[in-house]
Amino acid sequence: MSDESFEPTVIGFTCNWCSYRAADLAGTARVKYPPNIRLIRLMCSGRLDPTFVLKAFSSGADGVLITGCHPGECHYLEQNFKALRRFHLLRRTLQGLGLEPERVKLVWASAAEGVKLAHEIASFVEEIRALGPLHWGGNGSNQSAVISGQSTAHAFKEVPA
Amino acid sequence: MTQDNGNSQDVQERIGVYVCHCGTNIAGTVDVQQVAEWAATRLKRRGVVIGRDYKFMCSSLGQELIENDIKELGLTRVVVAACSPHLHEATFRNACQRAGLNPYLCELVSIREQVSWVHTDKVAATVKSQAVVSGGVERVLRHEPLEPLRVPIHPATLVVGGGIAGIQSALEIADAGYRVYLVEREPSIGGHMAQFDKTFPTLDCSACILTPRMVQAGAHPNITLLTYSEVEKVDGYVGNFVVTIRKKARKINEELCTGCGICQEKCPVKIIDDVYEAGLGYRKIVYTPFPQAVPKFPVMDVENCTYFKKGTCKACEKFCPTNAIDFNQQDEVFSVEVGNIVLATGYDLFDARRVTNYGYGRLPNVFTSLEFERLSNAAGPTNGSIVLRDGKTVPKAVGIIHCVGSRDRNFNNYCSTICCMQGLKFAHLVHERTGATVYNFYIDMRTAYKAYDEFYQRVLEEGTLFVRGKVAEVTDVPRIKDEEGHLIIQCEDTLAGKQRRIPVDMVILSIGLQPRADAKETAKKFGLSCSADGWFIEKHPKLDPVATMTEGVYIAGCAQGPKDIPSSVAQGAAAAARVLGKIQQREMALEPVRASINQDQCSGCRICNNLCPFNAILFHDDRMVSEINPALCQGCGTCVAACPAGAISGTAFSNEQIMAQIEGLMLLNVGEEITL
Repeated sequence: MSDESFEPTVIGFTCNWCSYRAADLAGTARVKYPPNIRLIRLMCSGRLDPTFVLKAFSSGADGVLITGCHPGECHYLEQNFKALRRFHLLRRTLQGLGLEPERVKLVWASAAEGVKLAHEIASFVEEIRALGPLHWGGNGSNQSAVISGQSTAHAFKEVPA
Repeated sequence: MTQDNGNSQDVQERIGVYVCHCGTNIAGTVDVQQVAEWAATRLKRRGVVIGRDYKFMCSSLGQELIENDIKELGLTRVVVAACSPHLHEATFRNACQRAGLNPYLCELVSIREQVSWVHTDKVAATVKSQAVVSGGVERVLRHEPLEPLRVPIHPATLVVGGGIAGIQSALEIADAGYRVYLVEREPSIGGHMAQFDKTFPTLDCSACILTPRMVQAGAHPNITLLTYSEVEKVDGYVGNFVVTIRKKARKINEELCTGCGICQEKCPVKIIDDVYEAGLGYRKIVYTPFPQAVPKFPVMDVENCTYFKKGTCKACEKFCPTNAIDFNQQDEVFSVEVGNIVLATGYDLFDARRVTNYGYGRLPNVFTSLEFERLSNAAGPTNGSIVLRDGKTVPKAVGIIHCVGSRDRNFNNYCSTICCMQGLKFAHLVHERTGATVYNFYIDMRTAYKAYDEFYQRVLEEGTLFVRGKVAEVTDVPRIKDEEGHLIIQCEDTLAGKQRRIPVDMVILSIGLQPRADAKETAKKFGLSCSADGWFIEKHPKLDPVATMTEGVYIAGCAQGPKDIPSSVAQGAAAAARVLGKIQQREMALEPVRASINQDQCSGCRICNNLCPFNAILFHDDRMVSEINPALCQGCGTCVAACPAGAISGTAFSNEQIMAQIEGLMLLNVGEEITL
């Protein structure tokens, strides 16, 4: 599905208290991960409006990684559970839109889990690489890829129109 | 999206982009000059008027560079590409403020922790840095000038928990001249420390050092002591809490009672005291838990009182010389206003019955550490003689088992911190008072802190025997004649490399500490969170150990995690210092990261109402709209994301800002050529 030169672009949403600090820790510890991810800091994974994810896709991202505190460790008590709820709904919605739901992933990472976050980023980039480019946003010439169903044929099968 | 994404209109803002080398930390992987030049040329139409790179942006010279540009070039926005905002966001915000620019119009984007330190490919790292800068530029364009929220601080403080940590905290604040409400749910303050006999490593008598503090707290003109009371509800926010307290009916009129104790003496019913005497002694129905109790007023155990059960007796009332007994007294519920709260709610002991193979509750001569404290206490049920459950036999051999319920995957993973020293203290006391042979069974001996290891050496020299290994079983089933009539401790001696069976007369389980059974409820009441183990979580494990994520609520003592008396006292004092600092400021500034509801757009659907764990969202029944109390709002933004009408907006993290940042970040695709 993917051509060899394909380098996916991934947007990552992080929580100010845990996963952003995990990213800081990965940096301080010099743990390497692919440069395909670009992180955005939110105060909490509960702040993640699902439209942010759609916006990322429509702006040309091939995958979106959502990260937050482990369940029970939210700095705002329980807001990561709300993120979890929205995540499941969002994946169903994406499937309905004809997108592979695997293009969105939710990962819990505490402030101490820099290595874990780096590994999760690396494996998610590979998962997206395997899925191939999304071509949802970006240049007009590629925009029809989803619509024509070429790169996401199986998604169409899963969700009959 | 290599072009400027259709945003061809020029923007009004004047943005400065500053790219830090951080020595070679960033410049070693990222072509910083390229990034700065790229921003100045390619992002010109997005308002960037200057792009600079500098060796150390955080140095005073680097900051001056920004300050001068703000003044000379009339910058209205600043983007700094450097390290994590958790490190230097405040530095650059302050620089902007000094130059007359609102500090919230500065955005720090991380190209060190998130780029140069984690990537190796120079080209890819440079492209990513450009994307990150572009994201920052788009975001900062949507920033608004913000002012910190200012709220007044009420000078009174609520301290919950009258153990040593709470007492210390209350005394420090009261001594500084401010009102303290000290709430304790038991009839007396003192906490667990009041039950102990000796304290390690100095072997001071626990009561001798504690009771003067209790008396001081009880008599302090600035301390309102509310024992036999519980916090029912907490409303409000930092500086302005309204706390509802239930003062349970003691059935004693405190104004008339002199604490003479005649009612206790005359009460004809005796029951086992499961709380203070750990089930080893008795108490009356009208009782003070121990002679030095503060306050001196007794309480009536209504559940077990003959009068309340059968309607007759009233012996206490007949003999009370001041007519202080009041069978009709009801609970009092009232509220107090405070500016800050210290939670020092302490711990529960691990239930030794859960480790069934140690036989506690089944084998009579297996004791818990608390039971042993009461046994060896001169004021305890045996007047301090260490005897078996029969009340007379002095043990000839005693086994002390460490880490019961702690450092054990089946129970609690954590180390309870105090049990090693407690076990050593018991070994010393048994040795001193009975001359018995003492065995300590330990996994690792943990005797950190001042004079602790010296105490260990002393106990070693006294002849206590140490067996390293986790005890498998305590049994009363003998295999050989010598074991008959004894408890046998089956254990692997990992130093000798063999299994051992050691017959003893008494086993003491050095049980661990665990969070209060109702810690989760308490946490919810006060807006705190608990760790996976159930302890209250501090704001920062190293640098902010007594503050919490809820402004104005502090934690001290074992509520935060297992700790010994000196650490509990230190935390109590530390929390007091933090509270006093707040009171002295009279008002405080809160980060303006807050959500607010546009009243015109709100449809009154109330979806947001249940999402807020801080109860910051009020619903106005009359106008059918919701409103957010900015002082209660912690800025998580969950309601912003949930509002179907888009009526809620979050400052510093608005939809527009995040959307713009996404667009900016996607300006360059991965693998794209760098173009100038």
